[in-house]
Parts: sequence; structure tokens; C-alpha cells
Amino acid sequence: MAEAARKEEKKIIDEGLDVGVQNLTEERIEKVITRVLKGESGARLKAYIETCVHCGLCSEACHYYLSHDKDPQYSPVGKVKQTLWKMLKAKGKVSAEFIKDASEIASTQCNVCKRCAMYCPFGIDIAYMMLTVRRICHLLGVTPLYIQDTAHSHAVTMNQMWVKDDEWIDTLQWQEEEAQAEIPTLRIPLEKEGADIMYSVIGPEPKFQAQLLYQAAVIMDVAGVDWTMPATPGWDNSDMAMYTGDNEIMGRVKRAHFETAARLRVNRIVMGECGHAFRSVYDMGNRWLGWRMPPIPIVHAIDFYYELIKNKKITITEKFKEPVTLHDPCNVIRGGGLAEKARFVINAICEQLIEMHPNREHNYCCCAGGGVINCGPPYKMTRMDGNRIKAEQLFAAKSRGAKILIAPCHNCHSGLEDINHHYGLGYEVKFISDILYDVIEKPS
Amino acid sequence: MLTRIEWDWEPGSREIADISKWQTQFNWVEEPCVSPNGEQVAAIVNLAEGEFNVCVNGKTWETVFDKIWHLRFAPDGRPVAFVSDTGEWTVAVDGRTWTHKFGYVWDMMFSPDGQNIAVAVQQDMAYGMALNDVIWKKTYSNLTNPTLSPDGSSTAATVQVADFGEGEIYKFQKGVFSVALDGQTWDTAFVNVWKSAISADGQKLAAEVRLNLYDYTIAVNGTPWSQTFDCVWEPIFHPQNNAVIAPVRSGGKWLLAQDGQIVWDRNFVQLWHPMVSPDGNTLAAIVAPKYGRWTVAVNGRPWSVTFKDQLSEAVFSPDGKRVAASAKSDGRWTIVADGVVWKNRFDRVWPPIFSPSGETLAAKIERNGRYSIAVNDHIWDQVFDAVWDPVFSPEGDKILLRTLNNDRYVRHVVPVEEILH
Ligand code: SF4
Ligand code: SF4
Repeated sequence: MAEAARKEEKKIIDEGLDVGVQNLTEERIEKVITRVLKGESGARLKAYIETCVHCGLCSEACHYYLSHDKDPQYSPVGKVKQTLWKMLKAKGKVSAEFIKDASEIASTQCNVCKRCAMYCPFGIDIAYMMLTVRRICHLLGVTPLYIQDTAHSHAVTMNQMWVKDDEWIDTLQWQEEEAQAEIPTLRIPLEKEGADIMYSVIGPEPKFQAQLLYQAAVIMDVAGVDWTMPATPGWDNSDMAMYTGDNEIMGRVKRAHFETAARLRVNRIVMGECGHAFRSVYDMGNRWLGWRMPPIPIVHAIDFYYELIKNKKITITEKFKEPVTLHDPCNVIRGGGLAEKARFVINAICEQLIEMHPNREHNYCCCAGGGVINCGPPYKMTRMDGNRIKAEQLFAAKSRGAKILIAPCHNCHSGLEDINHHYGLGYEVKFISDILYDVIEKPS
Repeated sequence: MLTRIEWDWEPGSREIADISKWQTQFNWVEEPCVSPNGEQVAAIVNLAEGEFNVCVNGKTWETVFDKIWHLRFAPDGRPVAFVSDTGEWTVAVDGRTWTHKFGYVWDMMFSPDGQNIAVAVQQDMAYGMALNDVIWKKTYSNLTNPTLSPDGSSTAATVQVADFGEGEIYKFQKGVFSVALDGQTWDTAFVNVWKSAISADGQKLAAEVRLNLYDYTIAVNGTPWSQTFDCVWEPIFHPQNNAVIAPVRSGGKWLLAQDGQIVWDRNFVQLWHPMVSPDGNTLAAIVAPKYGRWTVAVNGRPWSVTFKDQLSEAVFSPDGKRVAASAKSDGRWTIVADGVVWKNRFDRVWPPIFSPSGETLAAKIERNGRYSIAVNDHIWDQVFDAVWDPVFSPEGDKILLRTLNNDRYVRHVVPVEEILH
């Protein structure tokens, strides 16, 4: 595999990396790399490294590679080569500058979307290896500033957005009041012990997107669901610590989430339209704590809407008219198998679904997930340049008539908004709940 | 307040209130709650837009409020709620509001006798706690993890002691959090402080802290243990000797530490919720001896029986000789006591409760959307729309049951024998 030079010389200034490396010594680097590679990642990593035949078949899977004119440095295995392999080869004796570059590659040039794992004949999980690099960088204190700040927020407040304990409850009560203007008897039942469902959301909802809480409350009310929301930390299902490699904070945040649901004695946790949170409650966070599966069943919003429509708990008055296309979020479609349920829901509430290609588990990543958008403004162009292929895919769907882009994941939603603007695609980006809220029958 | 021995323990059933009548009287009636002795049932009720009250046994409080939330009975039987009037929040006890008003009030806590009521408060974005209408003298720019001492005479919480802006990660990493006991912080600040505990004599405060992004330990009265760990969970105090006990993580496994020293000779995939028996002789915790398997370890020895999904709310019997917990495997709940699993399975089961002698074990259960209780693995033959946790009589021969059927709230006293027959 040829190693072409990177096209553009990037000069990203990120205090999290620049200041972080100043504190490093070669001994500390070596110690941390050895701790992670020998002590933490063990057999799985070893198997991947030993199995990979460097065939490059995974390259075609990666949107960064495709969007950078097949520059091998952006190929999945190319990213491993520039980071983990070098660490292994040098037995941890690498420089501080190397760690800085490795952190940038692992944190901002890979969305840990796992698309490449489907293309590898051995199913090698490059995402796992990039997360291992992030773990090393975390233990060395070299993590992009914005996402590090978010990890701090998780550590202090158990939510992603520095939402204080009282602000959370206040926001729910405010949204309840707003929604009562539409349905006078609507309630957001707080701390209802023994309810069937605890509804959980991510930090940005109370902070910037309170309308999503409103919509969820209306959907729950109309469907007659026995539900509750906690008035304590543990309400946020999101987890950027999972993406910075701060596994200890990831575990702490997930423990708060599950113990809150356990305290409320609910049968299930229904979560909003978020992808990475699903990964953290269904795969990474629960497992770090010792649970093979979530202790309390987790139902993603797509699955929940499917259930409500299928069981006729809600009635669709008139389907949404404008043609829509559907983006498949990696964590819930490839990771959670909800591709067909998503289509059932969209077809039930929209007149016309125009599929983008490729789709379902083969859909391209949004380039925002895996914590990349959370690395903040310094990397906006990394995401834009790194996902030209998505813009082309969306443009093709547009030319076949799609006007609305549905993205049932917060990160995908924000990332695709950026792609939409940057490439001038002219879509309106929506969550499923935006449309569902509009088309369901509500008490007049 | 009547002590438990003075409650009505005469076997039989007595209807206390018909909530369906309330529903015709008010716009809506929120989730009912019941007093410990079962003599009162209360709910937040809506009278009109922006007009709320509390209805107790059919009678409303004198004052109507703009908004009410979190209605609970204190252990001494007084109904307590957060109430708002013209944009200011406070606590109302039995319908009477505290003199202090706040921007917001939350996290209601009671002492075991119900005499002390503590809450977290915010006024003009300054945070503190209030105990029985007395506010901390100092306030802070943020407050989390509020706690109450065992007798309810002291409050503590994690507080932010220096300002930092969003994105100021290095300022944060210098340590801007501490813990305040009755409003007074330690001299030391940490990167993070999470849950804390106050000793029985009120003299010591212990908290889980993060010294930098990687080193965790327990700090007692501001001084961290000399040992650091990869992670820790919240500490508890030994009720008799004031030793501090906490789960700690090292080398990818969890261990139990006391005053910084490892006290159990084996490690676990997970270990949390340590607890000391009332007599101080036994130490137990919820553990995962293997990945994905949960049980209880008593003095470091895990029960041989394990559960896949979840094990929660382990409790000691009052004499400290027995341990029981609720547990779930493959979505079905049961009770496990001293390592022996009940044969009955339930859709849901609530935390088990020991009789005063420890001989009898009861729990609220759910099957097919109906609720009842089970005692020593026998299910009572009556089912209800709702049931509250069972309460044993002081002799342990009777159970007080508080139930709801067709909106009729009934108080029952049932001889244990009747359930076990
Ligand atoms: S972005 Fe996705 S496809 Fe590309 S290397 Fe990372 S996990 Fe693989
Ligand atoms: S990860 Fe798999 S597909 Fe990619 S180079 Fe290695 S063996 Fe080939």
C-alpha cells in the first residue's frame, strides 16, 4: 500500500493537545502505553494485530479515505499504522509529538463507526483500536480540549452540558407547562416510582433543544404511556467520557443512569433519538461495570416509536407530505439492528421515503459521531473535508426528489446540518420526533 | 407522633379514602402517597390552570400554590412537598411553608425519625442546603450529591469553591471542588468530589475524590488516604468504630478497603454498596464475582448463587445475622436470602423487609400488572392495583399493608400466619 503525503498541511490549534504534550516525559509515555497494551487491551488487541494482513480491503469502507481521494493515510488500517503499530513496534518508546499526532488521528479522523469492520475479511475492529489509542492519550492527558471539557462536565454533573441539578428539574417543569397550553392535563411525571418506563435524554436537550422534551411528553401523553423522568442526576444517557477513553468516568456516569432507573423501579428505559448514548448504555458503559447486557432493558426511540405505531397506541392523522430521505446512524443501525424498524416508522408517518445509497448498515457515517463533533470548532473542516462522500450521497438522494433529511441521532443530526450548509445541499434536517409529533392525533 | 407500637395493629381492613371522589372534585389527581402508619393518603391535586393543592384524606391544605411537586410523607407521618408561590419556591410541611423562600428547592431528605428535613436550595444562582428552615451561612456556585447525617442533624454536599469558565480544562484540573459540612468546606479542593458520608457522631466526613484525572481515593475530613486507586465508589462509616469503608479499583478489579487498607482477600469484577450489620460484626457488599454474574459477598465470601441481570437493595436483618436482596435473571425477579433463592418469580419485586426478629422476610411484588406481597416465598392470595411496602408490627406477627383498588385506599393489618398458611 503506497503512502501518499497528506494533501493539506493542517495547522489546528488545540490547547488540549498542545498544552497536554508539554507535561509528558518519555518514561511516562512508555509506562502508559505498556499499561494499556499489556494490561487493559490484552488478547483482543493482540488478535487484531496478528490477524491483519494489511490487505487494505477496509479502505473503501471509510468515508475519510473516500473523501480524501483515497489517500491511504486516511484508510482504516493507515490510521492504525500511524498510531498503534508504531507504539507497538517501538515498545512504547515514542515521542510527545507522536502522541499529539496520534491523539488527533484517533480522536478526529475516525468516528469509530465500525463500517470498516464489515469490509474486513476477518472482521477486525479498527474502531476498537482507535478507542485504545484514545485511552492511551487520555491517560497521558492529551485529549482535544472541547471533548475533554465535556468529559469534565460528565464527571461533575453526570450530564454532558454542565446542566445543574436544579436546572434540569426546572426545565422539565417549564416544558410541562408549555405543553399544557396544548394539552391542559399533560404531565411530565417526575420521580414516579414503579412507572413502566423511565424516559432518558442527552444533555443538549434541556440546554438547547427543550422542544424535544416537549414533543416526547406529548407523544407519551397521547400514547397513554406510564412513564417518568428522574429529578436527580442519572437522567442523561450520553457519554463523551466513553469517547475520550476515560473509562472510569464512563462507568460512573452509566452507574448513575442505571441506578436511577433501578431506584425508580421501572421495567424499561426508553431513550431519545441518540446513537452514541445507545452504544454507551447497551455496549460499552454497562460492560465496563460488569453487566453483559443492560441491567434494565433499553429501548431506543426508533424501537419505541415502532412499538407505539405497531400496537396502535398512537394514530397517524395525515402522513407528512414532503419526500424524505433517511440517514442510518451507525450505533443504532449497524450497532443496534434497527434498520427495518426505522423504515417501518418512516413509512408509517411519511408519504414518501427516498432511500439514499448505500443505506441501512452500509450507510456512510455522518462524520460527527464517535466524539468527533464534540472535539469542537477546530475540527469542523476535518469533518467537512472528511465527508465529501456523504455530501455526494445526499446530493444524489436530493436529485431523486428528497427534501427532508431525517437523522434519528443527535450527533448525526448536528453533523449533517453542517454538511448540509457547507456543501449547500438545501435539506431541512429533522428528527423522527419532529415529524411524529406533527402527524399524530392529539386531543383537540 | 405515635410510635410503631402505638399504631392500630388490630387485624382487619379499613378504608381510609375513596380517591375516585377526589377525581371528580379536581382537574387531576397526581400519584398518591401514603403515611408510614397507613392512616393517611395524600396527592397533589390540580384545581385550575396554575393552581395546585395537596389533598390529605379528602381535605386540602389551606393555601393554594402555583405549583407543587415531590409530595412525600416524612417518617413521622407529616406530608411534605415543594411548593411555589409567585415564582418563589419553598418547603411546605403539613401545609405550612418554611419562612425562607428560594429560587429553587429540591432533593428532599429525612432523618429516620422524620424530625429533620433537609433540602438543596438555590437563590440567585448561589447554592447551599437548608435543614429545618435554617440555611447554610455560605453559598457556592454549584452543589451536587447532598447528604444527611445518620441522625439528621448535619448536612453535607459537594460544592464548587472556585470559578472556571467553559473550556478552562486546566483550571478545572487544578481542583475546584470540595465538600461542605453544614456549609463549611474543607481547606482542600479536588478535581472531583462525589458522594460523601457523615459519621454517626457527626464529627467526620468522608468522600470519594479524584486527585487528578487518574488517581482516585477517599478523603476523610479533608485528608486523602495515602493510597490511591484507579477508581473508588462512595464510602460508608462503620457505625461503631468510625472506620471508613469503600470499594476501590486496582489492576482492573474491585476490592474492599477500610481506612486505605484492603480488607477482603479477594477481588471482584464489580463491588459496590458495602454495608455493615447493625451489630457491627459483619461486612457485606453487592459483587460481581464473574463478568455478568451478580450476588452478595458476606465478609468477603460471595454466595454461590449468582444472577445475570441485576441485584439490588441488599439488607441486613436487624440482628445482623441474615442478609437478603432482590435479584433478577432473564428479566424475572426474585428474592434471595442468605444465598438461598425463593422459588417464586415475579415481574417485579421491591426491596425485601425483615421482621424485627429477622425470621420473616416480606416484599412487595408485581405479577401481570397486579400487586401483592410475598412473605417467606408465599404469595398472598389478594391482589391490588397498587401496594406500598409492607411494614411489620413490633412483634413481627402482623403486617401492615397499604393498598389501592379501584381508587379506594385501604389499610389492612394481616397476621403473618394468614399469609403463610
Ligand atoms: S471512521 Fe469508521 S470506517 Fe473509518 S476507520 Fe473509523 S471506524 Fe473505520
Ligand atoms: S483490517 Fe482487515 S481489511 Fe483492513 S487491512 Fe487489516 S486485514 Fe485487511
